[in-house]
Amino acid sequence: MTTQQHMSKQFDIEMEAVRSGVLAMGGRVEAQLVRAIAALSEDENPELLDTIKRHEKEINQMQIDIDHQCAQIIAKRQPAAVDLRMVLTISKVVNDLERIGDEAKKIARKAARLQGNERLTRIQYFDAIHAGELAQAILHRALNAFARLDVDEAVAVYDADDRIDVAFDVITRQLVGFMMEDPRTISSALEVMFVAKSIERIGDHAKNIAEAIVQVVMGKDVRHASLEEIRAEIAERK
Amino acid sequence: MQKQETALTAQICFRDFAFYYGGFHALKNIHLDIYQGVVTAFIGPSGCGKSTLLRTINRMYSLYPGQRAEGHLSIDGEDILGKDVDLNDLRKRVGMVFQKPTPFPMSIYDNIAYGVRLHEHLPRSEMEARVEWALRKAALWDEVKDKLKQDGTSLSGGQQQRLCIARGIAVRPRILLLDEPTSALDPISTLHIEELISELRGEFTIVIVTHNMQQAARVSDYTAYMYLGELVEYNKTDIIFFKPAKKETEDYITGRFG
Repeated sequence: MTTQQHMSKQFDIEMEAVRSGVLAMGGRVEAQLVRAIAALSEDENPELLDTIKRHEKEINQMQIDIDHQCAQIIAKRQPAAVDLRMVLTISKVVNDLERIGDEAKKIARKAARLQGNERLTRIQYFDAIHAGELAQAILHRALNAFARLDVDEAVAVYDADDRIDVAFDVITRQLVGFMMEDPRTISSALEVMFVAKSIERIGDHAKNIAEAIVQVVMGKDVRHASLEEIRAEIAERK
Repeated sequence: MQKQETALTAQICFRDFAFYYGGFHALKNIHLDIYQGVVTAFIGPSGCGKSTLLRTINRMYSLYPGQRAEGHLSIDGEDILGKDVDLNDLRKRVGMVFQKPTPFPMSIYDNIAYGVRLHEHLPRSEMEARVEWALRKAALWDEVKDKLKQDGTSLSGGQQQRLCIARGIAVRPRILLLDEPTSALDPISTLHIEELISELRGEFTIVIVTHNMQQAARVSDYTAYMYLGELVEYNKTDIIFFKPAKKETEDYITGRFG
């Protein structure tokens, strides 16, 4: 929908730069999440946490740079209609991406504390690892939807987020079970609990990104609409 | 999703409206309701017919032979295209301000009083009150109150344009037509005029033609996008500049036109 070029070539260059900046940042955040889930599912890797912290700083800087570019475009180009919606959306999307990066770092920290724990073994929090993989997939989908401005793909993110929410409930119940059986698992179970919460939050952020995409494409704010309402809007548009 | 707004009254109504400059078909099939007490902007590329459309509202074209309108155009429910329409009375109801300031070569006071004298016989004190009222409405009073006898042409461009607006509203029209009112002005004078338009909204129905899209976005409540003599899209300005319904409109306001 934004394929046709502006009369001002410079404006096109600026919009493209900020859009590809978001995709680059998305790629970094995705890699960060893969590292965090690896920290959870693999044996100790002392360098991993440092690597994650280093990348975290770079991701934060990307957020600042992209927000600055958005402010510059608003100040200099007074974008309207689809361009305006795009700039506003990008500002929201980078915010969510940055938060996903934060959550990934939290997961990695907890994972380091869970390493070598004999009270609560990896098998017992296997569902959390699995939910983490769901979160990776949902983020990937949200970024794809952004790259192609694909509303259907964005709506698929909603479904996937529902599955993560269910997984979160299941994990919570399991952990309560372990804690009741053996109170010595409580401190570790709480760590896993926080991991699960972070994963659940990542799903929510991915969903925010999907909602922002729907707003760019359709010009409708669907943040508090139900999935049925959104589907009806999309059907009406086609 | 949007909150309910109070219903607006359609004051200027175009129906099956067409306009010709001799053999040239300049406006085609215009259907448009302009609402009372709000600001409506006409935007579009050069030659799209926006100024032509504006000039039909006070029958400016009747001054020129060979120009004619077809279809229906009414103001407050009254047909204004008919032969027996009193054009002086129409132009008292529908004031107009042009691109270049056009002060008369007379004093600031007389610039305002001249038009009023054509329509009303006011005692001196009432005329003075009227002149002050118009100058205050046009946000010019404080700058000129001590030099009302000075020539209108001695003012700066921006002041001259506000003087013309004051002259336009002094006869208490219902509608004010602004044809590119700021394109000959500097940015600060432009902001003065835009501020003035916001002040006058409600009391007058304002129709503005502008080349400056951001100006239309800033000052108007409704926007009509025109192209090649046709009305492409007409809606609330908020909608036109955020999510227009037609791709042509979107391409124009985002600068993808060409």
